[in-house]
Amino acid sequence: MATTTYLEAIRQGLWEEMERDPNVFLMGEDIGRYGGAFKVTAGMIEHFGEKRVIDTPISEEAIVGAGIGAAVMGMRPVLEMQFMDFISCAFNQIVNYAAKMHYRWGQAVPLVIRGPSGGGVHGGPYHSQNPEAYFVHTPGLKVVQPATAYDAKGLIKAAIRDNNPVIFFEHKFLYRRIKEEIPEDDYVVPLGKARVVREGRHLSIITYGAMLFVALEAAQQLEQEGIDAEIIDLRTLSPLDEECILASVKKTNKIILLHEDTRTLGLGAELAAIISEKAFEYLDGPLLRVTAPDSPVPYSPPLEEAFLPSAGRLVNAARRLASY
Amino acid sequence: MATNVIMPQMGESIFEGTVTRWLKKVGEPVKRDEPLFEISTDKVDSEIPSPAAGVLTTILVPEGQTVQVNTVVAVLDGETGASVTPSASEVVATAPPVSRPPAATPAPHPPQPEARPAPSGELPEDIRSSPLVRKMAREYNLELTKIKGTGLGNRITKQDIETYLADAGVQPLPPGAPPPSAPSRPAPKPIPPGPTVVPPSVAPPTTVATPAPSPPPASPASRVTIEPMSTMRKQISEHMVMSKRTSAHVNTIFEVDVTNVVKLREREQQNFQRTNGVKLTFTAFLAKAVADTLREFPILNSSVEGNNIVYKKDINVGIAVALDWGLIVPVIKNAEDKSFVGVAKTIADLAERARTKKLKPEEVQNGTFTITNPGIFGSLFGTPIINQPQVAILGVGSITKRPVVIENDAIAIRSMVILSLSFDHRVVDGAVADQFMAALKKRLENWKSL
Repeated sequence: MATTTYLEAIRQGLWEEMERDPNVFLMGEDIGRYGGAFKVTAGMIEHFGEKRVIDTPISEEAIVGAGIGAAVMGMRPVLEMQFMDFISCAFNQIVNYAAKMHYRWGQAVPLVIRGPSGGGVHGGPYHSQNPEAYFVHTPGLKVVQPATAYDAKGLIKAAIRDNNPVIFFEHKFLYRRIKEEIPEDDYVVPLGKARVVREGRHLSIITYGAMLFVALEAAQQLEQEGIDAEIIDLRTLSPLDEECILASVKKTNKIILLHEDTRTLGLGAELAAIISEKAFEYLDGPLLRVTAPDSPVPYSPPLEEAFLPSAGRLVNAARRLASY
Repeated sequence: MATNVIMPQMGESIFEGTVTRWLKKVGEPVKRDEPLFEISTDKVDSEIPSPAAGVLTTILVPEGQTVQVNTVVAVLDGETGASVTPSASEVVATAPPVSRPPAATPAPHPPQPEARPAPSGELPEDIRSSPLVRKMAREYNLELTKIKGTGLGNRITKQDIETYLADAGVQPLPPGAPPPSAPSRPAPKPIPPGPTVVPPSVAPPTTVATPAPSPPPASPASRVTIEPMSTMRKQISEHMVMSKRTSAHVNTIFEVDVTNVVKLREREQQNFQRTNGVKLTFTAFLAKAVADTLREFPILNSSVEGNNIVYKKDINVGIAVALDWGLIVPVIKNAEDKSFVGVAKTIADLAERARTKKLKPEEVQNGTFTITNPGIFGSLFGTPIINQPQVAILGVGSITKRPVVIENDAIAIRSMVILSLSFDHRVVDGAVADQFMAALKKRLENWKSL
């Protein structure tokens, strides 16, 4: 097995699904000749031709609208948002059309909208956001965010094969920083399943995306202090894997909800509500959130560093919870 | 013994009330809880029951006067001291003083009985715990007052309970709760409370009413064997409870004379097996008779979806098959279109493959009616649970020879079977169910040839 980056894993997944199913095709801004802003689709137009790798005008609404039409006609479009910050331009198409067609007419809309999200690369307020919560809140969509190369490939393949509209967030900080050996053959990671990344006894950190690595770093530090942290990578944000989440609550009884998205009504709020409703009697301490503050993502590097949840902040929260 | 009657607090933000009418005169006896006076507040008008039995000796607040809550409005003289005292203190308990002290009261203010300590079962305010800790305390029957808290502000933590249990030699039991940490592992360092943390509590309380201490339960692990349910067991379990919750189960019981069928079977058995390769079973007769009868009573072959009744055009009769590892219900699809031989062959095939685990998933789905056979082990009849989303299930008892009164008051030995039908009264009324059973009985009793 070769060492593969997170970005290359997504490219492999796209490539394999294009080979496997002639209905799969790509649309997006500069994804063809230029190979995509981050080169996720590099070399694909040469191999698959410009009918299956389509460069579009700069209009997210047009990309998604056309994609919905193609999906309704039986195709499986994969639409790239150059930055997930601009998915808001296509919000109406996604929440009012893609998400509701099956409910209204029984019409499946098998499309994937993918693209980079997240901060840590000094991208400023328009190239660093984490807009997943809008879509988790919308019934009729599935929402995915892988943290590892293995999951990135397995989840993009599962997303393309799913008959629902799937919003697929790729964390741009991980694109070339995460490398691991992944199988070269065909595999999928099922949607809706979280993963216990690290087993622990004293408290659980529930997270996803790039924050998984912050959690792992904090867990190492905590271990030296005698605090044994369990870490759950949600992988799919909608639908949530409640079984996995509640099992961990029942095991460690103390929970930290960690996400890079801003605080108010972020995923941590929903997770806290679910845990409080379904496992109240298993709680041995308050549900703590470690998140970005309610602010746009700052451009200034020191401010951005302060904005993003860090291992240090997580360790502090974990100490407080452990001794509660 | 005198009891004070006070102006009760009739709501969160109510501070005063007006006595609108006295229902008893001074000198009149009053029973406990008998209406004593009427009041009017800015939210409600209400009759106020007497807090105790006794004689109304003094009215301190005349009709029409408005006073603050907790003001003494009258005094009762108790008939017997013993029963009065607790009632009086109850009045105090149910009408706690408002934060604002009452203004000057218009009458002498006799001393009120003191509030009793917190009733048993309640924790004093300064014992801090968590939902999990309170749950564990209930499960192990522990008194939290006896456990030392080591968490923030002396909070009792899961760890403290586990330590306490370990010291008492009790094995922790809740699933999901890990065993107490190994002593070698250093406990997490407590850190000073942050600004959002309540200040540390005072010393443990000394006077607390608690339930009579009972010995901790013997470790349950040593006296039981715990085995997780198999997938099939879980499904049966969930399905049965769901069915009981869904359908309004009613049973009707019929006794059927199956002498003709039994004789026919004895006569034809060998020939049938030679010709068709399968045994001639009583179940085949029954399934065929049920399928034919269901055609006449389509409501028994229906299901309920929301407020609709869904009549099924296909008659798919499920036959419950007991297995060593559970129970499965293979389905004779379109039994109404099959000949008797066809039904017999299908049953033989399905039963055999059920026992060898070779049924396909679609062969246990889409049943529209089920037959189950508790009689196989000698049961007279059963009261089976409906196989959802169906609306009826037929239970077949054991076939036994019995002396029966027949025509002309003669007594004969006949092969009898008791059939019981469990039906869903949401959609099947008793009359229809009984008509169905009568038709089925008739069909079986008059069976002449194959």
